[in-house]
Amino acid sequence: MKKMKLVMVGNGMAGVRTLEELLKIQPELYEIAVFGAEPHPNYNRILLSPVLAGEQTLDEIVLNSWEWYEQNGIRLHAGKKVVEVDRVKRVVRAEDGTEEEYDRLLLCTGSNPFMLPVPGKDLQGVIAYRDIADTNAMIEAAEKYRKAVVIGGGLLGLEAANGLMKRGMDVTVVHVMPWLMERQLDDVAGKLLQKSLEERGLKFLIGAQTQELVGGPDGRVQSVKFKDGSAVDADLVVMAVGIRPNTELAEKSRIHCNRGIVVNDTLQTVTDARIYAVGECAAHRGIAYGLVAPLFEQAKVAANHLAQFGIGRYTGSLTSTKLKVTGIDLFSAGEFMGSDGAEEIVMSDPFGGVYKKLVIKDDKLVGACLYGDTVDGSYYFKLLREGRKIGDIRDKLMFGESNLGDAGHQGQNKAAAMADGDEVCGCNGVNKGAICKAIKEKGLFTLDEVRKHTKASASCGSCTGLVEQIIMFTAGGDYSAAPKKKAMCGCTDHSHQEVRDAIRANKLVTIADTMKFMEWRTPNGCSSCRPALNYYLISTWPKEAKDDPQSRYINERSHANIQKDGTYSVIPRMWGGETTASELRRIADVVDKYKIPTVKVTGGQRIDLLGVKKEDLRNVWQDLGMPSGHAYAKALRTVKTCVGSEWCRFGTQDSTQMGKDLERALWRMYAPHKVKLAVSGCPRNCAESGIKDVGVIGVDSGWEIYIGGNGGIKTEAGEFFCKVKTSDEVLEYAGAFLQLYREEGWYLERTVHYMHRVGLDHIKKKVLEDAAGRKALWERLQFALDGEPDPWFEHDKAAVDTRQFEKLNAEGQAA
Amino acid sequence: MKANDWQVICRVEDIPVLGARRVARERGMDVAVFRNDSDQVFALLDRCPHKGGPLSQGIVFGTSVACPLHNWTIGLDDGCAKAPDEGCTQRFSCRVEGGEVLLDPVELATLAIDVTPPKAGPCR
Repeated sequence: MKKMKLVMVGNGMAGVRTLEELLKIQPELYEIAVFGAEPHPNYNRILLSPVLAGEQTLDEIVLNSWEWYEQNGIRLHAGKKVVEVDRVKRVVRAEDGTEEEYDRLLLCTGSNPFMLPVPGKDLQGVIAYRDIADTNAMIEAAEKYRKAVVIGGGLLGLEAANGLMKRGMDVTVVHVMPWLMERQLDDVAGKLLQKSLEERGLKFLIGAQTQELVGGPDGRVQSVKFKDGSAVDADLVVMAVGIRPNTELAEKSRIHCNRGIVVNDTLQTVTDARIYAVGECAAHRGIAYGLVAPLFEQAKVAANHLAQFGIGRYTGSLTSTKLKVTGIDLFSAGEFMGSDGAEEIVMSDPFGGVYKKLVIKDDKLVGACLYGDTVDGSYYFKLLREGRKIGDIRDKLMFGESNLGDAGHQGQNKAAAMADGDEVCGCNGVNKGAICKAIKEKGLFTLDEVRKHTKASASCGSCTGLVEQIIMFTAGGDYSAAPKKKAMCGCTDHSHQEVRDAIRANKLVTIADTMKFMEWRTPNGCSSCRPALNYYLISTWPKEAKDDPQSRYINERSHANIQKDGTYSVIPRMWGGETTASELRRIADVVDKYKIPTVKVTGGQRIDLLGVKKEDLRNVWQDLGMPSGHAYAKALRTVKTCVGSEWCRFGTQDSTQMGKDLERALWRMYAPHKVKLAVSGCPRNCAESGIKDVGVIGVDSGWEIYIGGNGGIKTEAGEFFCKVKTSDEVLEYAGAFLQLYREEGWYLERTVHYMHRVGLDHIKKKVLEDAAGRKALWERLQFALDGEPDPWFEHDKAAVDTRQFEKLNAEGQAA
Repeated sequence: MKANDWQVICRVEDIPVLGARRVARERGMDVAVFRNDSDQVFALLDRCPHKGGPLSQGIVFGTSVACPLHNWTIGLDDGCAKAPDEGCTQRFSCRVEGGEVLLDPVELATLAIDVTPPKAGPCR
């Protein structure tokens, strides 16, 4: 079959990324030709600044070598500017007459620098800052001349100024607005930035309006004149006042443009379905994006449609700005300037060089501007994107996510200050050097890519801010952007909430039906969505939906915890942490009989038998004769207790009995994630109730209940929930809260994260203020748990596939 | 090779749909036999190329299995990790005839015999 012809106009980052995505999924579909106006292969435009500053070379910023085009059979017409698209004959024509026919055309013409329309703008020595030619012109000028003026104090202008200064020029930045980078920073942060750049040797003329560029007799620019009559000498003038989508070719071809080439959600132009546009030249829902991450999202969608898969929609991106100007950390997102009816929380330490402003409106974070310490940028961006109510965390908001109890990276918050050997991700043992190396060698741009390749920040995520900083100064520029809605996994575009809602609203009871109804892209999901779907089904439709063990993680399939060597650990249940001589004797006998190598006391007041062979599991359970401890499951784990009033001279309540009652009422309860409880008999809180999903503390007049505590990756103290008088009330309130979490939580969301997402007020309203609703929740939980099997003993009822415990044998059989 | 030179391991139904069974060998680590939802059967050395996790215990989807230890995705047909992860585990020839799963005894006796399982336990 004859291949279709794909022609791409514009050989830049967004376009080539589209080709890469296309080649990944449909390498054989097209014969591809690419026109590029510049005589270079695709390079990382964002890294022109380090090239200018002499920190990197042009060769180092090339993303796709000449060989890459050749290896992929792409005809590259470099240095040929396309001047005509004949949409009737479907031919594009370059300045030199080169022609290519197309079946599909991809326009990636990027953007053009905007030149101030002042007299003298065409003089020699007046340039824009956009491509390799401009960069080379500046490098050459820096060798011959002394004085440079940069017009425009935005990101690009400041980077140009910094680079020229590093090459020995005397640089003045002219900025017409009242402070630097006014599109990304508020006045305070802008002025802090100016101060610190002045200390490095840059000069500024703020508020100066350029009137004319004056030339000398040699036709080269000599000085810049301002409206107030003043002037500065200049041998080089760099215009960095903004960019405009380059729509010249599209307009000439009568393709509808409005601040960019207008495209729909599949990145097709609205005028001609054979023609696609991605990148800075494309206007999607009225926005032309200039950041890499959204452009790469566009590339993915466009490639999918070019590949004729026809799935995926680009629905726009929310972007944040996280910039690296000459070693200064900046972050801004949303309405950082504030607005009518908005409140501001400000932390300002001008001497320490740290400034943070958070803008809040209608109890939601709507904007943030950070200077000097940006490690919490991604946390604020997440809050902003989710639009969750922040009333309950308002008092702590300014201190960020990492202020308390973050573990695993030595409390570091400035990636730049870290040595290559310093560990960034404590979960996966990834140091800074490894991340930088992967970014450079594999051409990574986004957090997701770095996570996939290096695993840094892929587990607990507490080092996300650091990893983002590293991406920023290694790959350059800004890479923070996120789809407006987070899909559950690669198999679907739907979010966890949408899937939960659909399962309830449409009475879906099997994984297959859910996938069909929600139009899953994959035949049977993946290891991330199947366990989630299984949980949503059994928690929404107890006694109706059938548990699917093959969609459970191995621990919940084998009812034991898999260990690094493939053996398992067994933790029998000890109600409330109490045991007996006969239980201990049985445990000892089991350890001897099955030669179990390690016996360990757990943090949850139980005993862990480590290194059990899978073939022995059923016999070990049988011989122990104790219930499953569910230490392997997203389920109720343990109820930790202190000794309480039975023995303790300080005890005010019988915490051990309360713990046993809670554990008996709640065991076998599957949940979005593991659930841990504790009961202390007095405020000395020996059972550590403050860091449990539900923590109960006995006081003389009753029981206090705390929820949403967590002792894990990030220590979170539980929130005070309510105080009740009787142990029956403890059961009802704790049970109702946990049922609410079971019904509303997203899979793998701990109670603390659930609580942060929906807000403590929501939980209080459902459980405390609505007595009938509370009772109904508690009854639903009891209904769901009634008659649930112990998987260690009732294999059939618990759908335990016992074949897994036996090996098949290939030994000694006749061939 | 003729069919009667192959060794019968089990029936297809003996392997759970979207699941696996372990096959013990005289020498060397176990072989995992997987079954997907269209009753295709695959055989791989039961050892993830990453840190040696038992692939037979992973979640099977499409023609892949997710290793239970660190969630690497391994292709059932080629035994190789999906990008960006790198590495392959030994694959074994496998066929289904008349509902029976067959492996090649020569391969069972010779392939990846010296590969050792991951170790755990108290330091000795």
